[in-house]
Amino acid sequence: MGEVLSAMIVVVIEVQNLVKRFSTFTAVNDISFTVGKGEIFAFLGPNGAGKSTTIKMLTTLLRPDSGSLRIDGIDLATDPNEVRKRFGIVFQDPSLDGELTAEENMDIHGVFYHVPTKIRVERTSELLKLFGLWEKRKDIVKMFSGGMKRRLEIARAFLHTPKVLFLDEPTLGLDPQTRNQLWTLVKQINETDQVTVFLTTHYMDEADKVAQRIAIIDGGKIAAQGTSQELQAQTGKTSLEEAYLALTGSSIRDESANTSADQLKQMAKLWGGNRR
Amino acid sequence: MIAVIHALWLRELKRYMRSRVQIVAALGQPVLYLLALGFGLGPVFQKAGEGNYIQFVAPGIIAMTVLFSSVFSGMGLLWDRQFGFLRETLVAPVPRIQIMFGRTLGAATVATCQGMLVAVIAFLAGFRVSSPVALLAGIGVVLLIALLFSALGTAVGSALENMQGFQIVMNFVVMPLFFLSGALFPLTNLPLAMNIATRLDPFAYGVDALRTVLIGVTHFGLALDLAVLFVGTVILLWIGSRLFARIQV
Repeated sequence: MGEVLSAMIVVVIEVQNLVKRFSTFTAVNDISFTVGKGEIFAFLGPNGAGKSTTIKMLTTLLRPDSGSLRIDGIDLATDPNEVRKRFGIVFQDPSLDGELTAEENMDIHGVFYHVPTKIRVERTSELLKLFGLWEKRKDIVKMFSGGMKRRLEIARAFLHTPKVLFLDEPTLGLDPQTRNQLWTLVKQINETDQVTVFLTTHYMDEADKVAQRIAIIDGGKIAAQGTSQELQAQTGKTSLEEAYLALTGSSIRDESANTSADQLKQMAKLWGGNRR
Repeated sequence: MIAVIHALWLRELKRYMRSRVQIVAALGQPVLYLLALGFGLGPVFQKAGEGNYIQFVAPGIIAMTVLFSSVFSGMGLLWDRQFGFLRETLVAPVPRIQIMFGRTLGAATVATCQGMLVAVIAFLAGFRVSSPVALLAGIGVVLLIALLFSALGTAVGSALENMQGFQIVMNFVVMPLFFLSGALFPLTNLPLAMNIATRLDPFAYGVDALRTVLIGVTHFGLALDLAVLFVGTVILLWIGSRLFARIQV
């Protein structure tokens, strides 16, 4: 599946002219990009840039206002369930059942993803040990600390082996040890199972170290994309962080110059909205 | 398919069994109704020639427990939305109708358990059924009521975005369903408007069905009762699955 772009690259994630509005606010404003098979692709951007909204649309949780989304060649709008079989996700916000034990959370995930019982039991014990939760497997999750819950979320995402793994700011609130384990695991499944990884992060060093290609998103638009070196070359800077600041800085200036009329329109809409 | 429905059903049950405090707290209201109304209105009821009020009201209170518990468990969806587990279920490669079915069956089972606890308390308060067969038939009817209103709870929970709507649903849907059902009073000789309202209340047929099988007193007739419960369940499951499939988080 997937369309062949150039000689070797098979496109796994294909996003075209994606738009999502929340009343008058445009969270994602006409973005397009592709991610190839086996690639690690990072979305870098400030808060409210549209990173999570894009991930929500890619994982079938939100419906776009316009544009098309394909994963592994399948259109999300026509066959969401077929798409869901192909990805795994670590959410930015908690998504565990606090009333169940760690083990039960893993089990129910295994059932959802049709992981055979034997493999489920083996993988669960491996993963819970790796993330230091094995001793706590019979404990109710709501008693866990924030860090433990986060670790369980991550362990759970690796229970099944997806074709595409989405990581929405996965390292938020993680200690360096767990952070390290997470990236080792991500790289491992990326190399051995050719899993395509799409991640969002605030941390330049992580994006720089892990991602092969980076898109910098700001104000719902992609400001630039390419390898870390390409982004640095494009901006004439010597580090990704400087390139990022140069890009997000300039895009803000561009926007305020071009869109003052748009802003007036938005204001008008806002007032109109209030009158109703 | 069965595995997913079973897993979600079991999840509801585990959550129920682990919330002992809530189980007891949820028994407070029906017990109060049963004892205060049962013994308080008993003498008047007797004088009016209607017989033993505890016998009359117990099926109503059991049905009420099932109604409240079903809607409440069905709306547990809102908690899952709040605490994030809903996201985990919505990205799973499982047809959403299976998720909705599993949850609804779980909610119905929980409500049935809660109804049976109140039945035990009613027995201690002096309520008697005619035979063990009546008891079994009663459990069947309770399950039907539970299914219908769990489906309602799931449908409402799918349509609402947060807990703020919960109180509105309780006050403007669940309480009218209860008070117009004849759970507390006989449906005979009512004013016209009230008569129409009770006939439009699906819960009235649930109460009537339970009273019919438990104590042999019927108003609408068991066949009509069961037909309404069954058709109502199918319609609400259908509406619920449509609404559930549209959820965005």
